[in-house]
Amino acid sequence: MNKIRNLINITDFTVEEINHLIEIADDIIANPEKYQDICAHKKLATLFFEPSTRTRLSFTAAMMELGGNVLGFDDASTSSTKKGESVSDTVIMAGCYADIIAMRHPKEGAPVIASTKTTVPIINAGDGGHFHPTQTLTDLLTISRKKGGLGNCTIGLCGDLKFGRTVHSLIEAMLRYENVKFALISPAELRIPDYVKETMDRAGAKWVEYEKLEDAIPELDILYMTRVQKERFFNEEDYIRLKDSFILNLDLLEPAKKDLIILHPLPRVNEISVEVDDDSRACYFYQALCGKYIRMALILYLLGIK
Amino acid sequence: MNIDGVHTGVVLDHIQAGKSMRIYELLGLGKLKCCVAIIQNADSEKYGKKDIIKVDGDIDLDFDILGYIDSNITVNIVREGKLEKKVHLDLPESLSNVIKCKNPRCITSIEQEIPHKFKLVNKEKKVYRCIYCDAEFTE
Repeated sequence: MNKIRNLINITDFTVEEINHLIEIADDIIANPEKYQDICAHKKLATLFFEPSTRTRLSFTAAMMELGGNVLGFDDASTSSTKKGESVSDTVIMAGCYADIIAMRHPKEGAPVIASTKTTVPIINAGDGGHFHPTQTLTDLLTISRKKGGLGNCTIGLCGDLKFGRTVHSLIEAMLRYENVKFALISPAELRIPDYVKETMDRAGAKWVEYEKLEDAIPELDILYMTRVQKERFFNEEDYIRLKDSFILNLDLLEPAKKDLIILHPLPRVNEISVEVDDDSRACYFYQALCGKYIRMALILYLLGIK
Repeated sequence: MNIDGVHTGVVLDHIQAGKSMRIYELLGLGKLKCCVAIIQNADSEKYGKKDIIKVDGDIDLDFDILGYIDSNITVNIVREGKLEKKVHLDLPESLSNVIKCKNPRCITSIEQEIPHKFKLVNKEKKVYRCIYCDAEFTE
């Protein structure tokens, strides 16, 4: 029997596996008709213990475009969690009904527990401020399609680098490609955690911290903007003080490279001015589209469907 | 102060002074029916002061707990009044239910009865991280 594969952290997959997923996604984009019924009679359970729009919709759209079905909940208050059911019990139950599970949970490490409780593949669709590997796969597919590959680039990560799980996962993923440099742009209070710095150091990666976006922007090939997330703060005062730290507008983009790509995991609040949307370098909505394709590829891969 | 030698059991020697009670708790020595002696602040040529624990009875020792609390401890295993084996400890690569994750965002803060597990990530600095949330453990 094949070992059940899960995706908890992006590093669960080898570089070869990630490249394989990107190849599948590229093929889905080129030949969508080949895949439209490939998951017929398969069910994806979406267990969303905290609210999400984009991730849940993209998982749902992905499974529907593969011809499969989706069941689940998107608000813990409408599930048995409200009655005090543990993550373990909810996952065991869902594993009885579905072929694959995508779960989001506000507590860090919840998918690790889930993966020990069921024999169906678990996809981590975000666990607190920890990991969000399918967003990272989305980012990698977008970079690959827009830049023609991964590696040999300088990537600027801007905003909330302390609680920003998309940032942590993307760094871990990009570290495995050659010659990637990181510009870490954040207010002092939201700097990248030490354990991520240790990971970069162990990998021998070059990284520099900035407090001003304008200091970093001319050298960037990729600018990854993030939102300061209100839900990660225990103290509202800190959130209000830090939420407007970086706002990307056309003036700030003036010295940037012409082939820069601007990414954002979305939703944005005000960290990218709407005027940037029409700039050819803005790729964040295309990135959301890539999210559906890479999740299609991931579902196929974890279900062992070729 | 006189305390009898151990006939069959263990002597935990070179415990850093002050740590013996924690070991007593973590190893559950209070639940044993055999004779257990705790000696605190004994003179030590090597460390100045040390604690010693003597257990006169069969016990399954958790070397991970001992290694984590103090890897300088020497474990003397005694059979029939003779030293059978001396075990020197090392920091364990992983810990289960020895320390608890303090990250309020960690799943261990709400999920019932799951083991608190940690992995060693930096031996020199004795850094352990929670296997669920990756938070660094601090004493």
